[in-house]
Order: sequence, then structure tokens, then C-alpha cells
Amino acid sequence: MSNKMHIKLNVNGKDEEFLAEPRELLIYTLRERLNITGPHIGCETSHCGACTVTIDGKSVKSCTMFVAQASGKAVTTIEGIGGPDALHPLQEAFKEHHGLQCGYCTPGMITRATKLLEEIPNPTEEEIRFGMAGNICRCTGYQNIVKSIQAAATEMNAAKEAAE
Amino acid sequence: MKDEVDTREDRVANLKGMGCSRKRVEDARFTQGKGNYVDDIKLDGMLFGDFVRSPYAHARITSINTEAALKVPGVLAVLTAADLEPLGLHWMPTLAGDKQMVLADGKVLFQGQEVAFVVAEDRYAAADGIELVEVEYEELPVIVDPFEALQSDVVLREDLVGEDGSIPAGAHGPRKHHNHIFTWEAGDKAPTEEVIANAEVVAEESMYYHRTHPCPLETCGCVASMDKVNGKLTLWGTFQAPHAIRTVVSLISGIEEHNIRVISPDIGGGFGNKVGAYPGYVCSVVASIVTGKPVKWIEDRMDNLMTTAFARDYHMTGKISATKEGKITGLHCHVTADHGGFDACADPTKFPAGFMNICTGSYDIPTAFLEVDGVYTNKAPGGVSYRCSFRVTEAVYFIERMIEVLAIKLNMDAAELRRINFIKKEQFPYTAALGWEYDSGDYHTAWEKALTTVDYEGLRAEQAQRVEDFKAGKTRKLMGIGLSFFTEIVGAGPVKNCDILGLGMFDSCEIRIHPTGSAIARLGTISQGQGHATTFAQILASEIGLSADSITIEEGDTDTAPYGLGTYGSRSTPVAGAATAMAGRKIRAKAQMIAAYLLEVHDNDVEFDVDRFVVKGAPEKFKTMKEIAFAAYNQAIPGLEPGLEAVSYYDPPNMTYPFGAYVCVMDIDVDTGVPEIRRFYALDDCGTRINPMIIEGQVHGGLTEALAVALGQEIAYDDMGNVKTGTLMDFFLPTAWEVPNYETDFTVTPSPHHPIGAKGVGESPHVGGVPCFSNAVQDAFRPFGNTHTNMPHDHWRIWRTANELGLHD
Amino acid sequence: MIPAAFEYHRPQDMAGVLAVLEEHGDDARVMAGGHSLIPMMKLRMADVPHLIDLQDVGGLSDIAVDGASIRIGALVTQADIIDHQALAAAAPILREAALQIADPQVRYMGTVGGNVANGDPGNDMPGLMQCLDATFTLVGTGGERDVPARDFYEAAYMTAREDDEVLTAVTIPLPSGGYAYEKQKRKIGDYATAAAAVQITKSGGTCASAAIAMTNLSDTPIYSDAAGAALVGTTLDDAALKAAVAAMLNDIDPTEDNRGPIAFKKHVAGVILRRAIERAWSRA
Repeated sequence: MSNKMHIKLNVNGKDEEFLAEPRELLIYTLRERLNITGPHIGCETSHCGACTVTIDGKSVKSCTMFVAQASGKAVTTIEGIGGPDALHPLQEAFKEHHGLQCGYCTPGMITRATKLLEEIPNPTEEEIRFGMAGNICRCTGYQNIVKSIQAAATEMNAAKEAAE
Repeated sequence: MKDEVDTREDRVANLKGMGCSRKRVEDARFTQGKGNYVDDIKLDGMLFGDFVRSPYAHARITSINTEAALKVPGVLAVLTAADLEPLGLHWMPTLAGDKQMVLADGKVLFQGQEVAFVVAEDRYAAADGIELVEVEYEELPVIVDPFEALQSDVVLREDLVGEDGSIPAGAHGPRKHHNHIFTWEAGDKAPTEEVIANAEVVAEESMYYHRTHPCPLETCGCVASMDKVNGKLTLWGTFQAPHAIRTVVSLISGIEEHNIRVISPDIGGGFGNKVGAYPGYVCSVVASIVTGKPVKWIEDRMDNLMTTAFARDYHMTGKISATKEGKITGLHCHVTADHGGFDACADPTKFPAGFMNICTGSYDIPTAFLEVDGVYTNKAPGGVSYRCSFRVTEAVYFIERMIEVLAIKLNMDAAELRRINFIKKEQFPYTAALGWEYDSGDYHTAWEKALTTVDYEGLRAEQAQRVEDFKAGKTRKLMGIGLSFFTEIVGAGPVKNCDILGLGMFDSCEIRIHPTGSAIARLGTISQGQGHATTFAQILASEIGLSADSITIEEGDTDTAPYGLGTYGSRSTPVAGAATAMAGRKIRAKAQMIAAYLLEVHDNDVEFDVDRFVVKGAPEKFKTMKEIAFAAYNQAIPGLEPGLEAVSYYDPPNMTYPFGAYVCVMDIDVDTGVPEIRRFYALDDCGTRINPMIIEGQVHGGLTEALAVALGQEIAYDDMGNVKTGTLMDFFLPTAWEVPNYETDFTVTPSPHHPIGAKGVGESPHVGGVPCFSNAVQDAFRPFGNTHTNMPHDHWRIWRTANELGLHD
Repeated sequence: MIPAAFEYHRPQDMAGVLAVLEEHGDDARVMAGGHSLIPMMKLRMADVPHLIDLQDVGGLSDIAVDGASIRIGALVTQADIIDHQALAAAAPILREAALQIADPQVRYMGTVGGNVANGDPGNDMPGLMQCLDATFTLVGTGGERDVPARDFYEAAYMTAREDDEVLTAVTIPLPSGGYAYEKQKRKIGDYATAAAAVQITKSGGTCASAAIAMTNLSDTPIYSDAAGAALVGTTLDDAALKAAVAAMLNDIDPTEDNRGPIAFKKHVAGVILRRAIERAWSRA
């Protein structure tokens, strides 16, 4: 069946328009159509969070959203969070505190953490563990991920204070 | 010049060599989403292949009709065994000396088995095509229990039975039954039986180490691209052993090895899942040859859990004997090993049960005997080492449980029982009853440090009080203290003992120093998150005196890297790390000659100092390694070839034997079966420590995988051979919420035979962690009469233990 | 995991939704957050030739709290429930339960309407809504009707909703007294091994009313009149608790799955229920 739809997306600030089958999953749109390969596929049943992106201010598992559903929305991936010229404090903190090993979960993990810190700027360890529970990491045992997010929060809060 | 004002400490710090917590060089790309994993590869005209899989665990295939599938727009081909047979590729050799169907050849032996390979222009067409391949099955009796398999008239592998019904020997000797694969023995049977028969105390236990799966977050996959113009095949994939894959592909395809390039890009975790050769690789290669286009195959999560690389599935029976005082005198172990439908275990050729014969553990046991029977069943093939050296997790679990069971029999504290049986420091190198020569160890020191740090006596007092409170009805929570002391055997290995498919298990490093004093080093290993690009550069920095930041480490491209056997079984540091140091020393030897020439002294009159050669007794006269590198390329030196390069192929003289002492404190809700980990202390001795930050990260990760296996992670089958745990809803991967914080600690007992004394660490926490978590659960119930209960200790099984002990009345 | 192809509809209003439903009958399915349906479609366990995405239909995303009742639109998400201050004050059990559903990402997408409408016995909201005596509003081509949550569930994935109807809102009489939502699960993201929703009022020292429902212990949520009745008029002494638990155990009918065998589930159901009652009572 070829019933392609006209899809409009804004991805990391850039407008994209194309024809796609509605059953195309957003994760494949990003990875294969738009060559945005930061978000990964881990479980395909919305348990692991490797595919996490931000859509309209919400952390979303992009393996469980059809591109048709996403049409008209703004999507942010790890690529839109920080790059070589300006890393996000979370990216810096994950490097500094060994918050990653194989790197496969990392884009989803950091993308989710940006939202967590927007919602809870100064989270406790328990709040971090609960707020990150939609993202599975097989390598780190999470201890250094928690540490990285705490460090980024401290850094971001200090920067905010300095700016005020 | 800056060097002249730097102190020696500054110069050491600038090197970022061994012993410092150097930040990882890999992380810049991973944190920015710029890793390059196999599914990120996109080539012009690339096709997608995917499998039609068997819904049945045991069935004859009476027909396969591909007509409807071929009519799906975008579907280009559907391969079946009949298509592969003329090429001789419908079966392939396994790493264990057996053979395995690439595509079902007349029958299927496990649920999820590959039946046909649909090749299409995109993954959507492939998925639609799969739905339309019509396969007719005739169901056969299913056997999922290895004990039943050894009694049954049902022949699982008809290809391994003679026409007259005879049972020819297998790759590992005679077979006792048509569903039997091998019997493997180690140690002395009669003396062990005699010691146990005459012992003062004997403890016996049977335990099942359940089937599980490494389940890295990235599944297995590959992209095969046959360039018909140049006759070259390039194969990208999630390979933990890219060179071995190249050789295997060459042997089975007939393509000359120089025309095959295997590339392991970034790998999203391996844990043993990515050691084996899978039908998807073969089918992708064939499909690329047939279509002339690149073909990608990526497992989905269900495929991954159901078909590639299970781990464990050992039924173990033990007898351990001791004096009344607790001195162990003998150990007997029998294993019935469920290998599934094909024997595809990833073990060195001579070790069909891996290094299970390390099962005497950390103890001075004078007499021991091990016998392992491998058995076919209607379950998926595999038998990989999931975050451990070959079958070492099983071995350590076995002995650490037997110690606990013996302690119960002796009515003795299990920490004390371990203490009086440890191999003593002065006994190393120690030859164990089952044959291994332990290179080094200081178990008592590690044990005392662990017990003191956690206040072991205090914990036992608290536990005793808790039992009183429980009996008095003041609490419904019990407290368990889990102990484990493990000795790993890693770094396979000496070529005299260890090969896979005849490939000796050495490893390699090749270094090129650039004229301006930076370098590239290539190795036969491949990182899957361990941070090789960071740590191998640290080893080299210390050896050759150039900053780690000036050294690029490259792995995984067989066209450029020297031949090596890859990364698994904690072998990278023990083997390739040694090769790196040895290659570095070759560089340094030549540098010494160059330095002496430049300084106009005899070779023996200069000595290495951090980042330079200095004239002995005149430290102000020196040449830095950077200066030496430049001279190596740009100055004619009599008697020396230009350039500064070296290669080392390292065949280790022995394995390395990391060890550790772990303690877990757990509270258990008797009414719901819910365990809560209150404390976990892990002391690891991995010899010389290259990067403490990375070691700690490896320990956290290995412990978390141990927690998962001990407390719920399993591949479970029903009686019909259906996999009950095919998604991450049911296959337990803990989230941050279920995982505790860990306390890490260490002692340092360098390996005496390793060039830098390092032993490997990535797998120790898993090996030691599983029995520690399990022992904590079991220890909580010890005061109520529990001796042993099988893993996984999920809620209902813990509850069942409490129930059987009458704690719910 | 690729779903079969389907026709995608994103109507702008309910009339548009109903038109598609009318045209395609049970070939059409409405979808809110999609976090139950999409995995089923990817596994090709749900065949949906016509998918109707409700996201553009107005008026389904509001939470209204007045003096007598709470009205929750079908597209209100679990995250909305957690964040809504007035709702948390009026019916704190909703927030307590929502926090125990799935994980943060899923709670952003998962809706109250989807959770109650699809009839999955593992979902948390159906039992909760039965405890709270909620009413579900269904809109169909024949008009609008209300069905009490306690009458809505017939069997697994079988409800009182007709194929051409859409669940648009949940209305809850303002609860009072103590509350608890107690859930045992294997890990984050899992369905309940057993979960209990309890709402209790106290008068003097005795229980004036008690509403009790449990989740994932039968092919529907189980609201147990008898369990609640066993508590009313008592001081919630041990005998009353035992009677309530016994009554509930009489009403549930769990099946064996990877979470454990029936005996275990029954035992845990009793333990979880008792804890929920005790916690609700402590808050009453």
C-alpha cells in the first residue's frame, strides 16, 4: 500500500517537508530520512528510551510515534542540544564524570535529562533516578549518570545565578 | 623550551599515562550523537534483509511458498535453504565444532529459527514480504529439558545420526545418546570420589543456573557490500572479533581473505552477544553477492533475545567434603549443559565447557573432579560468555554456593570457612586440582579489608537481632548478608591451550610514531564501551614517553589493524594490552639508539626517564621522545633504518587471575518477596590499574548486570518451546530506579607474567556479583532452614522460599 | 518491528472522528497517545487498517475541578494528572497512581482516556476509576451516553464501548477521606503484579465508607463491594482487614504469567490490599 502523506516537521530548528507513509516511525524518519542518527533504536516497545527526543516540550520515545502523528511539530534531538562549538552542560558533565561507556543510550539519556532539569532544576538523587527511569543503560550501572546529572544541575544553576 | 622548566611530576602528569583517571577520548562523539554504529551506515542503493522465523520450536518444514512475498512492491528476493545449498552455505560451522543451519533445511529446532531471508528495497517492504511467505510446518515433539532429551527417543539432530542408527563421535569425542553432544572431564575421578566417600563432612547440592542473555542495548547487525567490479567484499558489523569473522567468512564463502574487509564500527555494548557468527551475516553476504548491492540486516529486540547468543543454562550438581574443622578436602561437580538446537558455544576449541574447571575457586582444594555433559534441546543455540570469561560465571557461582552450603552443614560462619580455605599468598603460583596455574593473589588481605570495611561482625549482630524481631512479630523483613570471593581466569590465552576454529588466541598491536612526535596505534581488539582508545593510549604513553593525548588508537578495521582475536573474556588488557606494551618497548629500544647517537654517547649510557632519554649521571643532557621521533625520520643515522614503527604479536605465557571480595546487605520483604539492596561493597584486585575512573565504571556496570541476572533476568520457555520473555517488559533490564549505589575498593597484586602487571577487570564484577546477590537472598533465609534456592530471585521465587519455610503461617 | 500499512486520519473535531468510525466500522481504531496500540501494531498483533488520531480534536484535554466533581478529558495525560495542583488537592489518589504508571516518557504520552478505554487488564486507571466510582462519557453516532466505570469492563479488551463510540471524558465525584494506591511491580515500566486503589472515609473512630478496587488480578479490574462492606462500621481492626482481604480474594481470579503463579498472586494481592487499606485509613 502506498498512501504517502505530506509531512511537515521542524527538527532542531530546521523545517523539513517530505512525503512519507503514515506508518513510518519517527525514529526512522530521523535516522534514515533526515540522517539524524543520534537517537538510537534499542527495544522497539517503548521500554529503553534510546530513541528519546523532545517534542513540544515533552520527552518522547520516537520508536512509538508515527511520523504522521508528529507532523506539524517541533522535534529536538541530541544534535539540537549542543555541538562542537557549544556543548550543553549535560554533555560536558557526562564526559567529565564517566556517565557513559558504549555511548548507545547516551543521546537519549542526555535528551531526557535536559527535560528533567527543566522541570526540576535542582533534583535529589532519588528524583534523578525516578526521572531517568525511562532510559535503560546496560553499561554504567547508572551511578555515574546520576553524578553527571547532579554536576550539570549545579553548573547550570550557578550559571543562571551568575546571569541574574 | 617548556620542558626545561617542567618538573618531573609535571612531565609525568602531562603524559596522562597509566594510573591516572584520564577522561575518555570517545566521549566527545558519543555525547553529541555522533557515534557511528552499524545501523547508522547508509550506502547508495542499500537493501534491507530480514528473516521469516519459525513460530515452532520443533517442526518439519513441508513447503515454503515465496510467490506472494515476491509480488510485494520493493521485495527483490526471498532466499531459502534451497537457494543456499548449491553454494554450500545452507549450513555453517559453529565456533564449537558443530554446524548450524543458516536457513532451515527441512526442519526447525528452536522457536525463532531463521527460515527464509527476504531482501527488499527498504525495511517496510521487507516486513510486508515476511508476512506473505507461506511456510507449512508439521509439528514434532518438543524437548526443552536436557534430562528429558537424554532419555527421549526423539532425535533432534538427524544429521548427526548414522543411517544405521549409530551415533558417530562429535567434535569433542564420543556421544552417549543421539541428543548428547559431548562429555568433558577435568581432574581425577577415582581419588576425588574416594576422598568424598571417606570424608568427615560432605555437603551436596544441585543447582540450576538459568538461561539468560547478554542483551546489549544495540542488537546484532551488519551491512554486506560486494563490489563486483573489484571483487572485494566489505562487511560492517557488530563484531567483537572482526578478524576471526573475516577468516570465517573467507573459509565458508571461498572469497580469498585479502578480498574481504571486515569493519566493526562503534559497538553499542557486546557482553558476549557479538562474538558468534550468525545466519544474518551469511545471508547478508549472499544477498549482496546475488543482487550486487549493499545489504543491511539488523535484528529487532525479539530476534535478539530469542535467537542470538543465550548464556548459562547449566544444571550443576556438587559434592564438597571437609574435615570437621572446615578444611576442604575434595570437590566433585557434574554439569548437564543445555546447548539448544546447535552447539554454537563460543569457547576455545579444547574447552567445550569453557573454563568451568576454574570451579575450585579461590580455595586450596587438594582433590577435585569435573564432568560436563553437553545436550541438544529445542532451544536457541548460543552459550556465550555473558560478561565473563568462558563459563567462569557458572564456575564461580557453583563454588560460592557450595561454600555456603558447606558452611551450613558445618554450622560455621561462611566468611570464616572461606578464610581457612583460601589459597595462601605464599602458595602462588598455585596449581589447582583441575589444572590451572593461578599466577598471583593475596586473598586474605583482600578478605580482611572487605570484612573490616563493612563491619562484618556488626552486620551479623544486626542480622541476629533482626531474626529475633521477626520471630517476635516486630518485623516482616529479613536481612541477608551476601558474601562472595571470586577468582576469575581471563586473558585467553596461551596459544598452546587456546584457539577458536584453529585460530590461536594471541593479540596484537602495531605502532607508528609520526615525525612530530605523535602516534597511531592499531590493535586486534575492538572496544564496545570499555574505553580502549583512552586506556591503550595510557599504556603507550607510559611506555614510549609521548602524551596519551598525542596517540590515536584505532581498532576494528581488518584492512589496517594487525590480526587479533578480538574483545571478550576480559582479554583485551591481558593480551592486547601486553602487545601494546611490548610494541612500545620495541619503539623505546630503537629510540634509545637514536638518542645515544644524538647525544654522542654509547647506547648503554642513556636511560629512559618519563618522556626522554637522559645521559646517565647527567640529566641535563637529554633528548625528548619528540626530538627522537623527528630525528628518526629526518636524520641519517648510521646502521639504523629510517622511521619509528613497531608491531608485537603477544602470546601470553599464562592467563591472568583477577580476584575480589564482595559483600551485599539486603532486606527482604517476606510477604511480597521484594528484595531491597541496602549496601553493596566491591573490592577488586585487577593487578596494575591503568585508569581508576574506567575501572570503577566497569565495576558499577558489571555489578548491575549481576543484579539483573541474580534477581530476575531470564530467558524462559514454556513446554512447547515458546520463549516467554521476548521483550523488555518481561526480560529484566534494571533501570536507575532499581539499582543501588555501589562502594568500590581495591588492592593491587600485579600479574607477575604480564608486561605491566595488569589483569583485566570488566567482567570481574559480574562474575563475583551474581553469587554475592544470590548469597544475600539465601543468607536471609538461612536461619529458617534454607540451604539453597535457584536463581533468578524474582519476587515470586523469593516468596516461594519464604512460603516453603513456613514463614507465611 | 514494522507495522502493516494503514490509512491515517487526523480529524479536527468529533464529528470527523465519528464519520470515519461509521465508514470503516471495526477496521478503524481511535488512538490517543498510542503507547498501548503502537507497540501492538509493530508486533503485528493489532491490525488497524484505519487509524484515527485524536490529537487535533478540541475539548478533550481539560481537567475541571468544581465543588462536586472532577471532569478529566480523554486526552489528559498521566503527566498532566501529576502536574495539576487543583486535581492533586481534590483527588490525591490520582497523582499517587499516575506516578506508578510506566516511566516519564510514557506518562507524557499515555492518556487517561486510552488507559481506561482499551480494556487492558494490566492498566492502572480502570481499577482506580472503579474505586472512585467514575463515569465514562461515550460519544457515538447515536449521541452521547454515560457508563459507570464499575459497569464498563466485560473481559480483557472487551468493554461496554461500541465500535463506533469514542470515550471522551471521565467524571469523578469528588472523593473524600483517606486514599492509597499501592502497587507491586517487578520494575519501572511493568504492569502490576497486584495493585489496589482504596478510598476510605471515617466517622468518629469507625469507617463510614470504603471503596476498593484491584488491578491485573482478573481479566477486568475488580471492584469489590464485599471488601468495602467488610470495613464499614469497623475500627479497621485485624478482623475487619482480614474480612476485607478475604472478600477481595473471593472476587479476583488471577492467572499465572511471568510475574508468578496464582498462589503467589493471591497472597500478594492480600498483602498489597491490606497495606493500601492501612495507608488510606492513616490518611482518613
